[in-house]
Amino acid sequence: MMTEAGRLPPDSPPSKPQPPNPLLRLRLGAFGWMRKNLFSSWLNTLLTVAAAWIVWEAASGMARWALLDASFAEGPEACKGIAGACWGFIREMWPLFLVGVYPATERWRPAVALLIVAALGAVTLNRRVRARRGFWWLWLVGCAAAFLLIRGSPWLGLSMPESTRWGGLMLTLILTVAGIAVAFPFSIVLALGRRSRMPIIRALCVAYIELIRGVPLITILFMASFMLPLFFPAGLNFDKVLRAQVGIILFSAAYLAEVVRGGLQGVGRGQLEAAGALGLSYWHTMGFIVMPQALRIVIPPLTGTFIALLKDTSLVAIVGLFDLLGMAQQAVGNPQWLGKLIEAYAFVALIYFSLCYGMSHFSRVLERRFKAGQ
Amino acid sequence: MSKPLPDAGQPLMIQLRQVNKWFGQFHVLKDINLDVSRQEVVVICGPSGSGKSTLIRCINRLEEHQRGQIFVEGTELTSDLKHIELIRREVGMVFQQFNLFPHLKVKDNVSLAPVWVRKLPRAEADRLAMELLDRVGIAEQAEKYPGQLSGGQQQRVAIARALAMQPKIMLFDEPTSALDPEMIKEVLDVMRELAKSGMTMICVTHEMGFAREVADRIIFMDQGQIVEANTPQEFFTNPREQRTRLFLSQILQH
Repeated sequence: MMTEAGRLPPDSPPSKPQPPNPLLRLRLGAFGWMRKNLFSSWLNTLLTVAAAWIVWEAASGMARWALLDASFAEGPEACKGIAGACWGFIREMWPLFLVGVYPATERWRPAVALLIVAALGAVTLNRRVRARRGFWWLWLVGCAAAFLLIRGSPWLGLSMPESTRWGGLMLTLILTVAGIAVAFPFSIVLALGRRSRMPIIRALCVAYIELIRGVPLITILFMASFMLPLFFPAGLNFDKVLRAQVGIILFSAAYLAEVVRGGLQGVGRGQLEAAGALGLSYWHTMGFIVMPQALRIVIPPLTGTFIALLKDTSLVAIVGLFDLLGMAQQAVGNPQWLGKLIEAYAFVALIYFSLCYGMSHFSRVLERRFKAGQ
Repeated sequence: MSKPLPDAGQPLMIQLRQVNKWFGQFHVLKDINLDVSRQEVVVICGPSGSGKSTLIRCINRLEEHQRGQIFVEGTELTSDLKHIELIRREVGMVFQQFNLFPHLKVKDNVSLAPVWVRKLPRAEADRLAMELLDRVGIAEQAEKYPGQLSGGQQQRVAIARALAMQPKIMLFDEPTSALDPEMIKEVLDVMRELAKSGMTMICVTHEMGFAREVADRIIFMDQGQIVEANTPQEFFTNPREQRTRLFLSQILQH
């Protein structure tokens, strides 16, 4: 029996909308979802079961190797007859992975340096701290202090280990952080230059970007390491790490410049006109209006390029520097510990992954925040 | 309409002498001559593609004219960057598409130029921004981002932003054309108030009611030429030119 409005009167048996029990609905929902997406047909059921079996095999095999059958004891002897991983290798070698052959008595210095940078990174995540006036100077001071600690300074009574002894994760981080810190601003200048109205500046920027992008990083590192010294007077021999660093910066800047240029093209002409009509100068317009918008557009590809830079630092191995990956290779060659390849690379992979994932996560946080703001 | 006509002794704010401009082969502006005195409100109308937007965009050098001379407050517009910057400080502009800075809060949209171009202290610029936002009736939106406002509100922010440079001349380039009908009035009200306060204004608009009420002079453009310049009274009741009559019949019919 229906009322004139076409609705069921209140006392008739409830048809569809029941007071939903959220728990019940959730469980039904999950089951319903599975039935709909995983077991809808014969073939789907087969695929689901097969996939589940593969995942299980891989995960359980990995867990057996890494945990259940593994040995965590110290010393090469502990691993005799062990089927799983031999984590004693990492236990012994981890300082090598982290700081390379940096003098053992001075290892506290890179540790403190890392703490300083990590603390800066942590507070940077906080928006309110970041918005503080002069906050970015703190980064400059912090990085300078960290660098001084690692490099050493006779004035401060800190010995100066040769930079060829820098290695491991420390070297990877130095090359990455300094690489980004210099290459990024440089790339902004290049991108602006490429869009400049002045023909000479534009031609120079285009030539630079295309030249560098047309050459593999390995070539550039070789050039920086072995050919540049030939052009300089015999006495002037600047640091090996610095040469590799310059190579990485020159290389990354070209790629970053193209990413930034993509962002610049995403900012509408109207923005330039509005800024121009207000009488803002070129640099004010770029700095306050265009760049902030352009860089927000390209956060995802920028992050990708930064991550690539981090991983590309491993190529410095070919000019005789031992970064995280290079050190792993050195450690693997230790005659006392033969055949510990997988442990070494798994450990290194874990470190690379955490660093890259951290960058990626931070970029997503930034993206979400900017989107929410507008 | 009680606003007194600008008295003849008022100095000229803008002078255009035989201004010509081409986009490639297309002759957009043909021998434009125009004088605008202080406190005068000039409305430019005409069919689309007649060159009216290009004309006012030449006045603050968003477009470059190729022949003829443009003077703003006696300073000639040439490719000299110093002159261009000087003139842009004196000439505010409001765009059809608002062109607010989407990454800055409404308040910062307004105070940015005073701080960096006029070198006003931050606190003073903020006070000025709030004052102007209050004047256009949206002080309560100061902390929002432009994307959170309606079209009419955005355009009022754009007007406040232009006014923050304390310009002597305001250019309006079809300020209501991108707005939903119900928001047009709030923008026109602000412009009306501005005209009454004695601002020198050039408005490209299709709002004939506004033109009739506020303009001291209406200019009709067609195919890159000024066809007719007249008082609103004459323009609407007794247009001289055939083309003006045709345009008016088209635009006033609906």
